[in-house]
Amino acid sequence: MTEDLVLPAPRDAAPEGEPLLEVSGLTKHFPVKGGFPIRRTIGAVQAVDGIDLTVHVGESFGLVGESGCGKSTTGRLITRLLEPTAGKISYRGQDITHAGRKDLAPIRSEIQMIFQDPYSSLNPRQTVGKIISGPMEINDINPEGGREKRVRELLEIVGLNPEHYNRFPHEFSGGQRQRIGVARALALEPKLIVADEPVSALDVSIQAQVVNLLQEVQKELGIAFLFIAHDLAVVRHFSHRVAVMYLGKIIEVGDRASIYARPRHPYTHALLSAVPEVSLSEAEDAGPRERIRLAGDVPSPIAPPSGCRFRTRCWKAQDVCATEEPPLVQLSGNREGHLTACHFPEEPTIEARDEDIVMDPALAALEEDAVDGD
Amino acid sequence: MTTVTKEAGAPVPADAGAFLSVRDLHVSFKTEDGVVKAVDGLSFDLERGRTLGIVGESGSGKSVTNLTILGLHNPMFTTIEGEILLEGQELTTARESELEKLRGNKVAMIFQDPLTALSPYYTVGRQIAEPFMKHTGASKKAAWDRAVEMLGKVGIPNPKERAGDYPHQFSGGMRQRAMIAMALVCDPDLLIADEPTTALDVTVQAQILDLLKDLQQEFGSAIIFITHDLGVIADMADDIMVMYAGGAVERGTTAEVLRSPQHPYTWGLLNSMPRLDSDLSAPLAPIPGTPPSLLNPPSGCRFHPRCTFQDRVDGNRCVTERPLLAPDRASACHLTAEQKRTIFVEEIRPRLG
Repeated sequence: MTEDLVLPAPRDAAPEGEPLLEVSGLTKHFPVKGGFPIRRTIGAVQAVDGIDLTVHVGESFGLVGESGCGKSTTGRLITRLLEPTAGKISYRGQDITHAGRKDLAPIRSEIQMIFQDPYSSLNPRQTVGKIISGPMEINDINPEGGREKRVRELLEIVGLNPEHYNRFPHEFSGGQRQRIGVARALALEPKLIVADEPVSALDVSIQAQVVNLLQEVQKELGIAFLFIAHDLAVVRHFSHRVAVMYLGKIIEVGDRASIYARPRHPYTHALLSAVPEVSLSEAEDAGPRERIRLAGDVPSPIAPPSGCRFRTRCWKAQDVCATEEPPLVQLSGNREGHLTACHFPEEPTIEARDEDIVMDPALAALEEDAVDGD
Repeated sequence: MTTVTKEAGAPVPADAGAFLSVRDLHVSFKTEDGVVKAVDGLSFDLERGRTLGIVGESGSGKSVTNLTILGLHNPMFTTIEGEILLEGQELTTARESELEKLRGNKVAMIFQDPLTALSPYYTVGRQIAEPFMKHTGASKKAAWDRAVEMLGKVGIPNPKERAGDYPHQFSGGMRQRAMIAMALVCDPDLLIADEPTTALDVTVQAQILDLLKDLQQEFGSAIIFITHDLGVIADMADDIMVMYAGGAVERGTTAEVLRSPQHPYTWGLLNSMPRLDSDLSAPLAPIPGTPPSLLNPPSGCRFHPRCTFQDRVDGNRCVTERPLLAPDRASACHLTAEQKRTIFVEEIRPRLG
């Protein structure tokens, strides 16, 4: 990394730092139109439905969940690429929920985004230099020594050759393109980067390169990250705190160790148990991991289940789950800041259970047969 | 789950007996930029009832190999050398009419993206019934009943009604189940699954993988399972073949390849993949560089430009001589067996935590 960077003094990972971004009750409903001859709103996709989260200065906050759970929408709401339906977003104490173009201008440069697909997020007709200097041009920032010098510096930070300044995106591989995207996000010396699935389009061996780069940037420049991904292992590697989303709600949030080693919400248990893992020794193969197989897919966010949204796939669901939505609270025995939204939380362990939980009827039937057959 | 584990070191019969046998396969495509050698000298065997996992990054030739088995390439631009023997029948030179008898019947395929692999124009039931009618000569009614039965088997709720639905009325996981039903409808001897769960969410992926395993127990098919995810392979396969730039670089049983890998590329893959229990203080150890272009592959060992262990091989054999993959448990690398063992035990294993 170059020494003469004009960036805030590097901080050590400071999850207890002051809040940078506070979100409360954030909601986004996309209208569903239909009807003939007059089209009207006939429903709403409840993509994000009342979530609260706080990202502290210099912290990396992970957001995991399956497709359609609203994690990307959350990222876009926070960067104000989408207009929230309800709720409040405040950045360093300033309410930016519905701030206009003028009010947002100074903040936009502090919140940057890294996109998932490095092929569609870079303009093919612009050179790398133009792409990376674009944000400086728009915000009328003239760094010392000129923009070109700064771009070359940035290229070096992200591990590209500064001589690539005049090349076009198609001359680069996927991993290198993602580095260009990172350089662009760093151009304005942001305080917060929203990274929406930054590595999921890349090959395994390249993924690790980009994760390491982001981690370096995060640690050395003290930038806070909202890291959105579906890969639980990558999120664990990158984030200090993690929130698990399901159908537009945060169902569990806590520090990394709590979520991955002492999860309480049944859905977090199911997610963790579903991650396929390589066992590196015989001992591991015997498997202390639990096995939970849910039935079916995530329900439609147009008509989410009443009460707890996970209840239709949950093995512990009872009547109360259908009528009462569980609040996101700290359960007894949980660490400070580890909140769970569940009426009947699980034991805080990921050890294997006496009996596997198999909700899928086809699987259950096949396995029953196999047992009978033996 | 009962996993059949082959006894370590059990010899694979060279030619006789193997159900599917691929011998020195070369596949190249003519493109505007030149000839792409997508598969370059690949050999493997597969026996009935076993699962062969093929791992590799995009462009390693894993999908091309399997499209070639089914004859799904465009013959105008493709040159194929070598042999593919399915129960002694040569497939590379087989006529289209012979291949048609095999496809969907003896050999079936599950594709990565069920939305593009299913026709939006026909109901799911009809698409499942069609190969059954074609290959068994069953009546429309019997084939429809069979389709409903298969949908029920793969866990589609209310199969009777859902068989009349179109693919867009199914969710992603259900579409993949429908694809599996379609692939299994004629009780195939060989099932090729090309990244069948990559487009799915992790909880649905777990359901589908378990379903495939359980169905394999019931149907006894051999499976070729292609993926880039080592975790999925560890879960599914009996044997693993690691591919890089058009060739196999390592082969062995799942336990052998994952617990005592021998090839620097396999080490790289294991090292660059974060695990749920990996050490968080150390950064990931990615493989430097990028996969090579197959228009102009590197000389000697294809992996040498990215390999960090080159200097431990005498001379510059890595650059000049392509290492060969011996039969059975083997890796295509010039390091000696002793070196491979010590490097893995002393340098690679500790990093994996």
